[in-house]
Amino acid sequence: MGEDPVSLLVLKVAMLACVAVGGYITTVGDLQRFVVVEHGWLTAEMFVTLFAVAQAAPGPNFLVVTLLGWTLGGALGAFLVTCAAILPTTLMAYFLAEPWERYREARWRMVVARTIAPIAVGMMLATGAILTQSAWADDWRRLAITFATAIFFIFTRYNPLVPLAFAAILGALALV
Amino acid sequence: MTPADAPRDLTAARPTASVTELFLSFGMIGLLGFGGVGPWVRWLLVERKGWYSEEEFLSTFALANFIPGGNVVALATVAGSRLRGWSGSLAAVAGLCLPPGILVCGVGSLYLRYSETEIAQNMLGAMAAAGAGLIIGLAVKLVKPMRGSVRGLGMTAAVFGAAFLLHLPLTTILVVLAPVSLALALGMRS
Repeated sequence: MGEDPVSLLVLKVAMLACVAVGGYITTVGDLQRFVVVEHGWLTAEMFVTLFAVAQAAPGPNFLVVTLLGWTLGGALGAFLVTCAAILPTTLMAYFLAEPWERYREARWRMVVARTIAPIAVGMMLATGAILTQSAWADDWRRLAITFATAIFFIFTRYNPLVPLAFAAILGALALV
Repeated sequence: MTPADAPRDLTAARPTASVTELFLSFGMIGLLGFGGVGPWVRWLLVERKGWYSEEEFLSTFALANFIPGGNVVALATVAGSRLRGWSGSLAAVAGLCLPPGILVCGVGSLYLRYSETEIAQNMLGAMAAAGAGLIIGLAVKLVKPMRGSVRGLGMTAAVFGAAFLLHLPLTTILVVLAPVSLALALGMRS
């Protein structure tokens, strides 16, 4: 079953989870390319919308992969893809916790943090740019929403649900 | 923990929790955490349950941030293991992911069902644009602590260019740029 979307997605997600320094969110750009461009399972617009649904719902933000699994393979797909995302992280955390506490004063801990930070942030910016492109759809009002949301998030401490709900209302009123 | 176990535990004051309590606690913050669970984990572990001191939490949080994948998943694993061993890890991670996972699939199904209607298209198109904005906003917030560091900012820009402009996959970027980033980090004075 080499062409089965679920097994391919499980493999891809597990691989990405192993290298997702800075969080799953940094891999969404890669995931989008895999699902939309390479395999054509979803349109770019549908992908970014599923991402928005996952962001709007409560829970850890990697649930976008659960939703992808659900869309492509039902309940079993959702379960398998979620496990693929969680398992590498859980195993690493489980086995690294003890040595991490043992060397808590070591200089290498700061070196590791400084190595990873720019990679994580750069990947996240790229993911943001890819999603902006997909959501834009040549409509300047969509772009305005993206920028307004980013500004809101940077300068206030309100719940991120606020701009999402605001965007949904504007959309429902057909203003955007 | 039974009294018979106690002498083996060198840090005797360490708190413990049952599997059920871990599942329910993490299940609760999984469902509460709109727009990310990170802040809620701290609230649960430090403020509500007192399972972690402020300092212990910071140290564990630093570990969770460098493990690939979600830092909340890593935090749940470490906290569960500390409070109840491997079954505690399992309970905490399951609690964190299962209820919101089911919920998100339900919401997704609603979307797929009504995606043909104009109102759903408009709403979700707008929410997608806002969702992209949230990611950009979060990334910008994370750039702030690096603003004094030319090396950090240059590295961030290089990674962004490689991923977005050159369309390189994350693995390639790690193989090529992680050694550079490491060399820069080693060269920095603390």
